[in-house]
Amino acid sequence: MRTLSEHIMDIVQNSVRAGATLIEVIVEESKKNDLCELTITDNGCGMNDSQLHDAANPFFTSRKTRKVGLGLPLLKQNAETAEGELKIDSGIGEGTSITATFGLSHIDKPPMGDVWETLYQLWLSYPKIELAYRHKTDIGEFELGSGDLKEVLGDVSLQQKEIRNGIIELIKTNLNEIEATI
Amino acid sequence: MTKIKSLADLRKMKEEVQSKIRLRENSENAGQVVQIKVGMATCGIASGAKETMRFFVEQLEQEAIDAVVTQTGCMGYCYAEPTVEVTLPDKEPVVFGYVGKEKVHEIIDVYIKRGELIDGIIPVNFKTIDE
Repeated sequence: MRTLSEHIMDIVQNSVRAGATLIEVIVEESKKNDLCELTITDNGCGMNDSQLHDAANPFFTSRKTRKVGLGLPLLKQNAETAEGELKIDSGIGEGTSITATFGLSHIDKPPMGDVWETLYQLWLSYPKIELAYRHKTDIGEFELGSGDLKEVLGDVSLQQKEIRNGIIELIKTNLNEIEATI
Repeated sequence: MTKIKSLADLRKMKEEVQSKIRLRENSENAGQVVQIKVGMATCGIASGAKETMRFFVEQLEQEAIDAVVTQTGCMGYCYAEPTVEVTLPDKEPVVFGYVGKEKVHEIIDVYIKRGELIDGIIPVNFKTIDE
């Protein structure tokens, strides 16, 4: 995965498959502590102890279409290469929480990438799931969720060009304001 | 266009284009629009499926084709990613492999607009022409 946006797209799919109705993606950067933390939390079905233990194993997957599950192992590898780590917390009926940490200035930390595109595509594909994004830097904080969009846009199709461009620009402008590292 | 910075800006922009807006498709007429599902599992994302989805949304909007673009999980064709499943109204779904930018144009111009089959289809069923 070349960017953190791609990892986000990937891990959120896991939450969707777990039947989550609420998914939170939080990115926290601190230039002071040279730290970048990506947290994805969901209220899906969760994993039992055995699944949790094997979650970061590439040869473990809950899918039937193939025998490997690379999403979490790839994220773990990227985090550890950038002097960070991957923490997974989960319980049956309690949802799952993934936290990946990276050295913010580390050369091996993947760039953020086009997170606006990732979020747009997720909101477009899963209108029934409440997906919220929060980005925090030393300067400020930006938050946007499906709830906000539904309130402002109503039933309008997100595929409409002006709406699509509006959402993407909203995210870009705000990330720029808080000097998020892209 | 003024910069969009707050939700209020977004709301104002939506009101400005109110006349052109069309509502989200509801499930009653789901059978009458083109359905596009882009495979967005780990293998898909790593192969650029995000760009594929973006091209579809942009192109379909530009060509004013009534279609719903969404993403799906692993369809099992990891070797041929990015994969896309296209369902024309009243037709069986067809899965295309290796869908890059050029292929998106081809799928839209040839399959969606004219209904002609093109190369690169991954067979998902085993019906023959005798059935």
